[in-house]
Amino acid sequence: MNLMTGIAAIFLAVLAIVRPALAGQDEVDPLASPRWADMRYLFPEGVTLRFDPRVRVLAPAVAENPLQVPLTVDASELGPVSEVLVFADFNPIVEVMRFFPEAAPAWLGFRIKLQQSTPVRAAARTADGVWHVGGTWVTTVGGGCTVPSAKAGSPDWQARLNQVSGRQWSRGAQADRVRLRIEHPMDTGLVAGIPAFHLDRVELHDAAGQRLMRLQLREPVSENPVFTLRRGAVAGPVEVRGYDNNGNAFHARIAP
Amino acid sequence: MKLWLSGFLVLLAGAAGAADFDYGLKAQRVADGVHAFIGKTEDFAPANGGNIVNTGFIVAPGGIIVIDSGPSRRYGEQMRRAIVAVDQRPLALVINTHHHPDHFLGNQAFAGVPLAALPGTIKGIGEEGNAFAENLFRLTGDWMQGTEVVVPGRPLQAGHQEIAGRRLRLLALAGHTEADLAIYDEESGVLFTGDLGFFERAPTTPHADVGRWLAALDVLEAITREPGFRAIVPGHGPVARDAAPLRQTRAWLNWLQMALRRSAEEGLDMNETMARAIPAEFAVLPLSASEYRRSVGHLFPGIEQEILEPAR
Repeated sequence: MNLMTGIAAIFLAVLAIVRPALAGQDEVDPLASPRWADMRYLFPEGVTLRFDPRVRVLAPAVAENPLQVPLTVDASELGPVSEVLVFADFNPIVEVMRFFPEAAPAWLGFRIKLQQSTPVRAAARTADGVWHVGGTWVTTVGGGCTVPSAKAGSPDWQARLNQVSGRQWSRGAQADRVRLRIEHPMDTGLVAGIPAFHLDRVELHDAAGQRLMRLQLREPVSENPVFTLRRGAVAGPVEVRGYDNNGNAFHARIAP
Repeated sequence: MKLWLSGFLVLLAGAAGAADFDYGLKAQRVADGVHAFIGKTEDFAPANGGNIVNTGFIVAPGGIIVIDSGPSRRYGEQMRRAIVAVDQRPLALVINTHHHPDHFLGNQAFAGVPLAALPGTIKGIGEEGNAFAENLFRLTGDWMQGTEVVVPGRPLQAGHQEIAGRRLRLLALAGHTEADLAIYDEESGVLFTGDLGFFERAPTTPHADVGRWLAALDVLEAITREPGFRAIVPGHGPVARDAAPLRQTRAWLNWLQMALRRSAEEGLDMNETMARAIPAEFAVLPLSASEYRRSVGHLFPGIEQEILEPAR
């Protein structure tokens, strides 16, 4: 541990002691983030937030590449979950995405861009209206939100925009798994001269026509996003539909 | 209060220990006229000041040929003094084997000496050098004070060359980065592999193309079968008298590539892949756990893309 992290640890420890007085009746943030009090504004006034270890956010403690920080969010232990909000306290765009599990469990893998070291959290809303919050600290060199996407250096990205590739697994330990990748620059709008351009809505349906999950994506989701989810009980092709914030729509089918 | 004060004093004492910024460089003789400075098999840290790399020099009739300049201006300056302690001939040439910061950020200390590298390395240092230097400031702190990027001005051609009166074989390879130079000193039979060879330390892959790297290892291993071959100075890790560094690097890369492919085939995501156990054979290498996780970050996106099929 060097001097700076030592000082930072002491600073955070002191904050952890004084914060309850600042933040009213909230529980103490297990991640001791100085930004936690501000994170409350992501939620409607009066709702109950509860730190809950059953909401698991898996990420590397140190992420070398701030453009592609892998996250796996698992709130399936809570039972039925209607909405999961993913956010990063210290990102310039705090909200990363929301996903709304329906026939699929509240489990999703993807990658995000981080601007600096930050807590990364998921808040899962259960039927009683309570938001259950889990998270983890990710240390990173940062800058992930303010560098141009790789598409800037690729002449044919427009031809591939919104193209989907994917695969389903029907045997072994990952028997109900679906993985898909969507070609999109996911520009944050924080780079001079490059407006925000990102996937907005993505929906997945199973072969019985049930909606598995709805995704509402924001700028911090990584370029050419890759999603990993669990399909649930119905085998067969999975339909993917969506559009970006410029209205470019797409529809694809992932064969079983 | 007393506790706070004593804690502060302990911190101060720790900082004072590194205040002279002495890398303690001592040339290790590899063969007649061939010497190496062997760094620690650690990651960049304030405690080691970035001295985690091997550099070296060859005493040629017409002057000294320096191979890589280390992670900072201070390292380069101390290296230059350590070279003079061995031989007082003038410096003929400084060569950077590739564009990673621990191999070229000492260039400043060699002002007045021609700096040479492969064209791809010159381009890489020009484009990414400053970002690398900033990152080393972050990782090692004040050891880096005064360090600035100096881009080599002389492009090197591959092949047999006489430099300062010494016959060298320059091998323009790739795989660890876009441009990796290995140098075989035909007189002494010493092979400087650059970072194509790691020994007793897990390889790093931030710019790796594993297929090309494996092909480069074949080229280098063929040299170790020549009658004159005597020793390998790897980019990181101890000097070897046989092809062990090349074989160890190859075994790691083969396993890494296979493990990531298998993981992608099984449908695992990046976090699940990072969480997998490393076989005992590789787990014993210093930094194996952290380098494996870094490598998943570098290589897994490309590998997983290969197994996803176009959906229509």
